[in-house]
Amino acid sequence: MSIVIENLSFTYGKKSPFEKKALSDVSFTVNDGEFVGIVGSTGSGKSTLIQHLNGLIKLTSGKITVDGIDLSARKPDLQKLRKKIGMLFQYPEYQLFAETVLADVKFGPKNFGAKDEEAEKMAEEAIKMVGLDFEEIKDRSPIDISGGQKRRVAVAGVLAYKPDILILDEPTAGLDPTGKRDMLDLISSLRSSGAVKTVIMVSHNMDEIAEYADRVIALSNGRLVSDSSTEEFFYDSDVESLNLALPHAVYITKKLAEKGIDLSAKPLSLSEFNEALRRKLSLGEGGAL
Amino acid sequence: MTKDIVFGQYYPASSFIHKLDPRLKLFAVLVFIVSVFLCDIFYAYAACYAFLLIVILVSRVPILSVLKTIKAVLFIVFLTAVLNIFFYKEGNVFWEWEFLRITDEGLLYAAKMALRIIFLVVSTSMLTFTSTPMALTDGMESIMKPLKIIRFPVHDVAVIMSTALRFIPTLLEEVNKIVMAQKARGAHFDNGGLVKRAKALLPVLIPLFVSTFRRADELALALDARCYNATPNRTKMKPLHFSWRDLVAFFCLAAFLTIIILLKLGFFGLV
Repeated sequence: MSIVIENLSFTYGKKSPFEKKALSDVSFTVNDGEFVGIVGSTGSGKSTLIQHLNGLIKLTSGKITVDGIDLSARKPDLQKLRKKIGMLFQYPEYQLFAETVLADVKFGPKNFGAKDEEAEKMAEEAIKMVGLDFEEIKDRSPIDISGGQKRRVAVAGVLAYKPDILILDEPTAGLDPTGKRDMLDLISSLRSSGAVKTVIMVSHNMDEIAEYADRVIALSNGRLVSDSSTEEFFYDSDVESLNLALPHAVYITKKLAEKGIDLSAKPLSLSEFNEALRRKLSLGEGGAL
Repeated sequence: MTKDIVFGQYYPASSFIHKLDPRLKLFAVLVFIVSVFLCDIFYAYAACYAFLLIVILVSRVPILSVLKTIKAVLFIVFLTAVLNIFFYKEGNVFWEWEFLRITDEGLLYAAKMALRIIFLVVSTSMLTFTSTPMALTDGMESIMKPLKIIRFPVHDVAVIMSTALRFIPTLLEEVNKIVMAQKARGAHFDNGGLVKRAKALLPVLIPLFVSTFRRADELALALDARCYNATPNRTKMKPLHFSWRDLVAFFCLAAFLTIIILLKLGFFGLV
């Protein structure tokens, strides 16, 4: 189930006045079961990279293999590939089109060859998985439901065909704080329940990446500039030089260290930071700060 | 798929042709189209070809980009040529079967018709290659000014046109995004019969309509918030000027038209 990328380069509008190099010589491997965060400032090539993984952009230079499917082949089996990889774009609610929520979620399974009844069952499962009331919502129009619900329906539309790998492009963009939290909890529960194996998440929000990803890949001007564990990335590399902000937990820990207060821990989320601080102040489990 | 659309695209460069007044260019395209229809002998076509070639070379638009615009209409060119070859009745017959016949005059006529279509497409795309959409609408607004006398809302129409043009790339981008999202969910767009293909477009068209209305609403709000109204006497950021370049181009155009008319009248004794 691994994804192997070797020397991937891509240029938009080749040989036109609008020519723009988007990726140059990117190589990395995503192993089965990993949660990989892809970070980089706007225009660093993140979107181009993930669109390649799903065969949405034709490979022009380099090699990509997804679970044995070679994308540099002359005619790779794109349907098989796309069934394996669920891709959730930015603002996925703008792709909803059907008359009812159920019909929209069924779209994926039916395209991948499921019979109507089967597709309906898969859709029901997916709608329940994203925490929506199936009976209540299935016959409503996807245009009339609330923003948060739309986003969930769009996620269900991807989960319905049971992909092994989930690729998310800014899944929390435009959601309110509760919506953000719910979305991220949903993604991590999908992974822990085994509904999806591997998750690749593109995000500008470093707190989300730090808290959820196991590994971080950083892009800058189309080049891979860092590929390391989340802890190494935020504590040992120069994150700010990539025009990215540090996660809050990391920022405070580093500031404290500058003032001579060593937490002797490398917290990535605020709850981990809390825990480290408690230990430092010898307050023990559950003690008041 | 949307990336292949070349027709109607601006090619940024800073050539003599690019710097011409858009009004003159609009007028020149009109004159050229009329000339193409005045042509009847091959020498006249050669003159048109030479004129167009000079314009392309001076404009520094790569020949390849220009040829791509022909590719888009190649089917129509081919179809007209074939129809003309088989259904032209006069001239010496080369081959005949039932109602189909190929004659020498038919072949010539077909070649001329094909050339006409190619000239029309290339000349209009030279206009869009060398003028920004904004310049074109400004030019049209200026040309339409006399219509104000009959209370035609010239400025409103110009604003509507420039807004529409402004949104073409945005909507193309939107289409691209939606197509990608639906492809990721396994949608096919390029197989099956006509009905199946049309149906396959629904998952793209519906979200596109929804987002177009949303965008229109947002734009209207943004215009309102900045107190925009289409007052008739707004000043321009880049007012149009008729410069020495336009004068030179005008005389070249006049010379070209004269040659075409003289050829038409048989002045040079060429047939």
